[in-house]
Amino acid sequence: MAHAGRPFGLLRNLNAKVAAIPMMLTVIVIFIGCTLWTVFYSFTSSRLLPTSDFVGVDQYSRLFGNSRWNQSVLNLATYGVCVLTFVFIIGFLLAVLIDQKIRFENTFRTIFLYPFALSFIVTGLVWQWILDPGLGVPKVLNDLGLPGGSLALLGDKNTVIYALVIAGLWQGTGLVMVLMLAGLRGIDSEIWKAARVDGIPAWRTYLFIIIPMMRGVFVTTLVIVASGIVRVYDLVVAMTQGGPGFASEVPAKYVYSFMFERANLGQGLAASTVMLVTVFIILVPWALAEFRQKRS
Amino acid sequence: MAIATTTNSIASVVEPAGARPRRMFAPSTIILYSILTVAALYYLLPLYVMVVTSLKDMTEIRMGNIFAPPVQITFEPWVKAWSQACTGLDCSGISVGFWKSVKITIPSVIISVAIASVNGYGLSYWRFKGSEVFFTILLFGAFIPYQVMLYPLVIIMRELGIFSTIWAVVLVHTIFGMPINTLLFRNYFASLPPELFKAARVDGAGFWQVFFRIMLPMSLPIFVVSMIIQITGIWNDFLFGVIFAGNQNFPMTVQLNNIVNAVQGVKEYNVNMAATLLTGAVPLIVYFVSGRLFVRGIAAGAVKG
Repeated sequence: MAHAGRPFGLLRNLNAKVAAIPMMLTVIVIFIGCTLWTVFYSFTSSRLLPTSDFVGVDQYSRLFGNSRWNQSVLNLATYGVCVLTFVFIIGFLLAVLIDQKIRFENTFRTIFLYPFALSFIVTGLVWQWILDPGLGVPKVLNDLGLPGGSLALLGDKNTVIYALVIAGLWQGTGLVMVLMLAGLRGIDSEIWKAARVDGIPAWRTYLFIIIPMMRGVFVTTLVIVASGIVRVYDLVVAMTQGGPGFASEVPAKYVYSFMFERANLGQGLAASTVMLVTVFIILVPWALAEFRQKRS
Repeated sequence: MAIATTTNSIASVVEPAGARPRRMFAPSTIILYSILTVAALYYLLPLYVMVVTSLKDMTEIRMGNIFAPPVQITFEPWVKAWSQACTGLDCSGISVGFWKSVKITIPSVIISVAIASVNGYGLSYWRFKGSEVFFTILLFGAFIPYQVMLYPLVIIMRELGIFSTIWAVVLVHTIFGMPINTLLFRNYFASLPPELFKAARVDGAGFWQVFFRIMLPMSLPIFVVSMIIQITGIWNDFLFGVIFAGNQNFPMTVQLNNIVNAVQGVKEYNVNMAATLLTGAVPLIVYFVSGRLFVRGIAAGAVKG
């Protein structure tokens, strides 16, 4: 980059270093320090307060022996796979449709994106209301004599996670659409002309030329959406409180519950460490791939 | 190749904008708009249901269906949601949470944007040994699940003596808003012509002088984008509010959830929906007023440096 590349001594440009203190503190104390603290104490028997009584991997074996945790991991996996799949398909299709030089482009984009401005709490409460078996959509279907009148997505432990998927998709698809639209707009129009000249149908052009060219946008979107999915907490609290039973429990809520409600700190810390490791296993390969690509 | 060029030039004569001219009522156009309209209706439906429900009384809710417009419009649910709805034992409405959210959001946004702008400026023009390493870790830190840092943060806040105050929430928002906003400012400042910086340096301006006299006056767009991201993000926060604010300072999202989910007895759906709309109003207004800037902010926030 075109910056003055002069050699700096330790005390040179002291102002710049003083100004960077908040960032340095955040990185060292919070992002590194707190993470190490959590990993360290996840090997202890801490209950109400942290203690240095080491118990090895005891917390972890207890964690994976806990059906509530295993259920929450399974739920998150189901939720994650469904949301990722549909958010990409619907988001990309909406972006393609909006990219057809349509009228009222701004209006449509505004409508698809506005749920993203709303919190997960608001989203969860609205969909809880819409899916209410007594008064919501199931009742409407019932009144109209249509099948689905007994549809109680939220009350059935086999379907409750899909209710969360519906709400999550409603809230998050607009973001993916905007990112995809930005990606589509970044593609050289010459590509389209060339494809048209060669007589390639539009859908094939999208599938075999445009999508591969948008790899960067896809990776960025994937990382953003995936890291949001791992954190999902508010939506569950607002919509189902993890129920019925633990049928919509998620890891983030498990961690909160053991840390702050059940005074079983060691267990909460072990669970959050597993979350951390999972994120890094998923994230690091993508991040490395991106950085490597940029360097070359 | 020659053939392709000719076809191209012919094409450019026929369609000056480069797009295929489309007849108004061609089947493909009708299908296109139909799909978009249906999708738009689907996305609007929850907002419509919220508004309609909040304007009905309870008997009408029990009798009719959730999509039916109110027969008799009543604003009582709104009044009740604002000033009388109960969260546990306390029945003074969601207005309490509203003002707490205002008190949390204003300092959080100012402090986090101020720090992020200085960080971004420093990282663009005043790099020092290790500054890029710090920045890279900061960006990676953005993907660490919050749950990993929650408990140690509680201890830190307790040691600082600010646990259960709005300042704990402000500090946490500043910390977790730092990665994305620093990135935005860093990329923005890096896109400005470096001659500006050099000329100011030749004239003898130092770190802060360059920042306040040269950079700040030029960075209104990125300030707006960063503030939109922070305002909506902080207003919509739930987790940090629950943990760090303390019962007396619960922000609006937490209070809303308590009103709807913790109340015993009859569920007042109309009051709940009015409270939900009131909670969503601030980010929605920000979104509708800022329009394109919001979109640009999201697209920019997603572009990794």
